[in-house]
Amino acid sequence: MAHFSKANSIGEWLDQRLATKKLWKVLAAEYWVPKNINFLWAMGVVLMTMFSILVISGIFLLMYYKPDVHLAFDSVNYTIMQEAYYGWLWRHMHAVAASVVFLVIYIHMFTGIYYGSYKQGREMIWISGMLLFVTFSAEAFSGYMLPWGQMSYWAAQVITNLFGGIPFIGPDLVIWIRGNFYVADSTLTRFFMLHVFLLPLVIMAIIGLHFYSLRIPHVNNQDGEDIDFDYEAEKYKNGQKRESKVIPFWPVFISKDLFVVGVFMIFYFYLVGFHYEFAMDPINFEPANPMKTPPHIYPEWYFLWSYEVLRGFFFDIGPFKAMSIGLTAFGIANVIFFFLPWLDKSPVVAPAHKRGAFKYWFWILVIDMIILTVYGKLPPTGANAWIGFFASITFLALLLVVLPIITKKEAKSVGGAA
Amino acid sequence: MAIEQSRRDFLGMAFGAVSAIGGIFALGAMKATWDPLPSVMAAGFTTVDLSPMKPGEFRTVTWRGKPIFIIRKDGTDLKKCDKTDVKVGGGDYLVRIGLCTHLGCIPAWEPQNKKFKCACHGGEFDACGTNIFGPPPRPFDIPPFKIEGTKLVLGEEGPEYKKIVGKA
Repeated sequence: MAHFSKANSIGEWLDQRLATKKLWKVLAAEYWVPKNINFLWAMGVVLMTMFSILVISGIFLLMYYKPDVHLAFDSVNYTIMQEAYYGWLWRHMHAVAASVVFLVIYIHMFTGIYYGSYKQGREMIWISGMLLFVTFSAEAFSGYMLPWGQMSYWAAQVITNLFGGIPFIGPDLVIWIRGNFYVADSTLTRFFMLHVFLLPLVIMAIIGLHFYSLRIPHVNNQDGEDIDFDYEAEKYKNGQKRESKVIPFWPVFISKDLFVVGVFMIFYFYLVGFHYEFAMDPINFEPANPMKTPPHIYPEWYFLWSYEVLRGFFFDIGPFKAMSIGLTAFGIANVIFFFLPWLDKSPVVAPAHKRGAFKYWFWILVIDMIILTVYGKLPPTGANAWIGFFASITFLALLLVVLPIITKKEAKSVGGAA
Repeated sequence: MAIEQSRRDFLGMAFGAVSAIGGIFALGAMKATWDPLPSVMAAGFTTVDLSPMKPGEFRTVTWRGKPIFIIRKDGTDLKKCDKTDVKVGGGDYLVRIGLCTHLGCIPAWEPQNKKFKCACHGGEFDACGTNIFGPPPRPFDIPPFKIEGTKLVLGEEGPEYKKIVGKA
């Protein structure tokens, strides 16, 4: 057994038993972050903050919510909104956070794409991040069902129906997922379980993986510079703080991070207090009715781009049915970003503005996804349908064809330097 | 050394076998728990009396939580389809599951245009239930039914149903 001497403080007592000082050094005080970064590098901590808000507000909503088709709507719209003290606040915080968390996820993701932070050893950071995006999407969808309004119901109907497109097992799979022939009580209760327990558990585990995946390749920087972290960290510890290219996460980086979090929280609570309605669709304040489809249904804004890819293919092409093409394109759109580290064939890690053709590729992709998002909410008739079609084709072509070609050229021009 | 190694191999294989079999049973139990309950499966029948329906009348009944569209077409100029229409007591009926075959929204019957129109993605179906415009990949599905006099029992596969879907 290790030798224990009398401790002079609670901190020392804990350190003897749990090596808390060493743990703190490894996790924070000697976890090194480059100096050459900007506010976009603070999005990770902003996301962590938003996730914490979702968990905390969720706990309070859970005290009054009832996952039963007869009780769900009133438990949300009467008990939580009108009876429980500050129930409205928790609900608005939860709904707004669920919406803006996707805004920050997209910023976080496109920062990674812009600065090439998904390759040359950083592949696992990217993949674990994409896994988080997918689990957050499932979390958002399952949560959207819970208020059991018309939009909840028909979103559940349409999304579960998508699985019917899988060859052979599709129709049986849909019944299995729903636990009934239609979206019913069994569906609500099992998605409630997924939303409040299983998916948050999975998300927390993947957040752990995502943080851990940063340890060895480290955070990228504004110029894609290959920093020798051990060497720079030694410099910093020897007092050459000005010369060193790195700073410790705690207390130096976190102080800047928390400033960005502060600015963001002002924006967030402004939305919660004065503009929550964008996250609370009026159609969802009508109780779910399996016998009546609302005249126009659409997903929340963060799913619109992939929804538009799904319905962008509105006519049959040769022997392929419009619906199968749309489903296939939708399937590709949802997984394509996982393969980004391999679709980009160039070893160059640099910001997009220093990468020639890649710069144009990046901004065209951003614009195309904005077009998809805008048209995803409009009725798919006339010219809208064609814009949706061409934007969907452009999206697939940009990732599957254009990116490999331009990055192969780039790799050639640098002479396969890596 | 060799003996120790093979003994450890045996322990490893034994544990592998136990956990594989246990895992398969566990997955089977989990899958079955997600299945629709017996009460849900048993409550899958609806009986409709068609005799009070007038020519041209459109009705929606509920079967397994889904809307079933019924239109009486004899004595009107609505399009008739001998192969798929249901004939009960001298009447000629359209009987279909009223969910768009695209993504499951409920289309509305527009009697003046003699067609169904889906508000979700613009799909259209005619009075025979055939998809005539937009993304729906196939006609409205036909619910399994059995004819008992002037009544229609939804959920049971009678000879007329089997004939229509080509199972007879």
